[in-house]
Amino acid sequence: MDLEYGPEYQEFTKEVELFCKKYSGLSFLSSRETALAVLTNPEVSSDGPKMLRTEWQKILIDHGYFARAVPKEYGGYGGEADMLKSRIIAAEFSKFKTPAAMGGQGIDMLVPTLLEMGTEEQKQAYIKPTLHGEMIWCQGYSEPGAGSDLASLQTKGELINGEWIINGQKIWTSTAQFSQMCFCLVRTEPDAPKHAGISYLLIPMDASGIEIRPLVDMTLKPGFNEVFFTDVKIPEGNIIGKRGEGWAVANATLGHERGSLAPPDATMNRVNMLIHLMKKETLNGKPLIEHPIYRDRLMQIQGKVLAQQSHGLRLLSAKLNPGTDVKIGKMIQKLTGTELRHELEGLAIDVMGEIGTLYEQSPHIKNDGTWQFIYMYFLGLIIGGGTSQIQKNIIAERGLGLPKEPKIQGA
Amino acid sequence: MYFGLSEEQSFFKDNVKKYLEDNASLDQIRKIASGNESNIGKEIHQGFLNLGVNGLLVPEEFGGLGLDLLFAAVVSESLGACVGPVPYIAPYVMAPTAIMAAGSQVQKENYLTKIASNEILMGVGFSEFIGSRNDAGLTFADGALKGRAMFVMDAQVATHFLLADNLGQMFIVDAKDSGVKIVTLTTVDKTRQYAEIICKDVPADLLELSCLSIDPISKSIDAGRIMLAADTLGASQAMIDQAVDYAKERKQFGRAIGSFQAVKHMCAEMVADLEPCYALVWHAAHCHDSSPDESKLMACHAKAHVSEMGKGIAKKATEVHGGMGFTDLLGLHYWFKRIGVNRQILGSPELVREEAMQSQL
Repeated sequence: MDLEYGPEYQEFTKEVELFCKKYSGLSFLSSRETALAVLTNPEVSSDGPKMLRTEWQKILIDHGYFARAVPKEYGGYGGEADMLKSRIIAAEFSKFKTPAAMGGQGIDMLVPTLLEMGTEEQKQAYIKPTLHGEMIWCQGYSEPGAGSDLASLQTKGELINGEWIINGQKIWTSTAQFSQMCFCLVRTEPDAPKHAGISYLLIPMDASGIEIRPLVDMTLKPGFNEVFFTDVKIPEGNIIGKRGEGWAVANATLGHERGSLAPPDATMNRVNMLIHLMKKETLNGKPLIEHPIYRDRLMQIQGKVLAQQSHGLRLLSAKLNPGTDVKIGKMIQKLTGTELRHELEGLAIDVMGEIGTLYEQSPHIKNDGTWQFIYMYFLGLIIGGGTSQIQKNIIAERGLGLPKEPKIQGA
Repeated sequence: MYFGLSEEQSFFKDNVKKYLEDNASLDQIRKIASGNESNIGKEIHQGFLNLGVNGLLVPEEFGGLGLDLLFAAVVSESLGACVGPVPYIAPYVMAPTAIMAAGSQVQKENYLTKIASNEILMGVGFSEFIGSRNDAGLTFADGALKGRAMFVMDAQVATHFLLADNLGQMFIVDAKDSGVKIVTLTTVDKTRQYAEIICKDVPADLLELSCLSIDPISKSIDAGRIMLAADTLGASQAMIDQAVDYAKERKQFGRAIGSFQAVKHMCAEMVADLEPCYALVWHAAHCHDSSPDESKLMACHAKAHVSEMGKGIAKKATEVHGGMGFTDLLGLHYWFKRIGVNRQILGSPELVREEAMQSQL
């Protein structure tokens, strides 16, 4: 056991700390960008310096605090991948409430996929504008009839005269209304077995024949959409991997998504916010934290979060020191991380009682209503990206080797 | 940066486990649990000591190995995995930790050396400092102890007792003293021994620094709690392993019951609950040695959280076995009961969480 990072990293921490102090409390101009910021990071605070999201993104890349290991020629910083430095950056940014880099599906999922499987031409065309926040992507995976059983998707792509003609419908498409591009799973080989008939296509959202309808979720903040494709034409080359390889390409990116949904350090920050809230707010004039039942529930949650934080250190260590077996340890992350965050946000609502129900711009609302918003938002994350029930199937079948359910004929 | 067990720690853990698997099989444990075969227990204990566990934490200057608490934790994990029926947490972890923290030089030389050479074995009773039940408690006056201590760990095989009053002062008494009465307390867990110690003016050696602050007893209790957490961790993993194996073998409605999602999800939930506990226990053990600011909080959360997870796993793993889990035939209940008793010893989760809260106010 050795939890020290070493002198090189102490220097680096100081450097990041200085940077973060300078930009602490930064917020963004233009309402469109602010809306996106809320979607990708619901905890951004609102006092301090202001600038455009895209300007901030560029500053972060120039300093190597974002896209650190992406080659310069594709618009990244061009440094070595260094997990400890990434961790220091995340921790310091969070400590000083400096907004993190823009996330979103293009950055988190498409860029890693392109780096791994894209052609040189595709890398040149898409990575830089995506990293710089100039090209927003949405993900066209789920369909009304293809949720947990994603591979049964039916949106159709036919190659006619050197163009893909796309027809069908996607659902749960976050940020479609802001997006320039969509990375999309489309059935192009109708006669192949279901997993082998899918291709991974890149669709410009301004192509004619695309209709976007907002799909309002329980938080009532702008979020999901339904996207309809009617005879949408795109160039033949807008495909990652070969025809029929889309399932494998998509699985590479789903891996990128799941691990990053509920990092325990972010959850611990919320625990600390809750402790602060419980010291300040009162019930019958007595601070909430002195209420024995509330404080016991707080400690239960803190114990769970500490366990997940320690577990995070174990997984980090396994990446730095190859050969350690943490297969199941990784599989449980999405399930445990999202469930715990939802539980924590729900506890904050409980300790506030009636005050906890306040929403939007209500008088007496605490912490800008983030507890209710994130409580609901994380229910969405518990369901999205592979539901908790699907996660349990994965843990049991791939992790523990329990048998699959018998297949129903024809499904 | 490295977070995890060292090669030596893993090796030691496997060694202890192998020894117990070879020498303390379920059959042997059943015999010990019946209460009529104390010789088997003594033999297993002697072989266990041959691995070097008694001197594990004792500094080298007093004849021990001077290893860290993470070493001690992996031994505890293996004991839990095998429901090992041997004294360990009280005599070889809590006692040396307390004496190192509170003993005078003379006391250290006297007791630590004898622990390392296996001349003495200390039962430990700190329950009344943590929370007195049935009005138990000890008072110290004129060099002698009077009163009762409940749930003294490993009392029946002890040569000495390390006891505490409600102020956190710690005392060592001779188990053979004529003023000492040992009353066995029979718990559901027959793999370990607990007793009530009644003292009538028993000459007691006050650990010197324990009258100045509660830090020494607190340090010893933290170590004990981390060991109990590790024991529950090992026992819980053993229950999961048995449940998963059973779910693969047992067939109903023409298929392995593990192919039904209702059963499969219970298995996944158990794993998802337990997996982070490894890191929590290791981290708490590491902080106990290297990070005094966090050590109280980490030890409390390790004890409380692993107890909670263990309780759920003990229930689910039994349920996965269906009716067989409820019988004595499989012996699954030895793990169930061990986890159940670990949960209450040295503070139930609610009491321990309250200490966690106070440590950060």
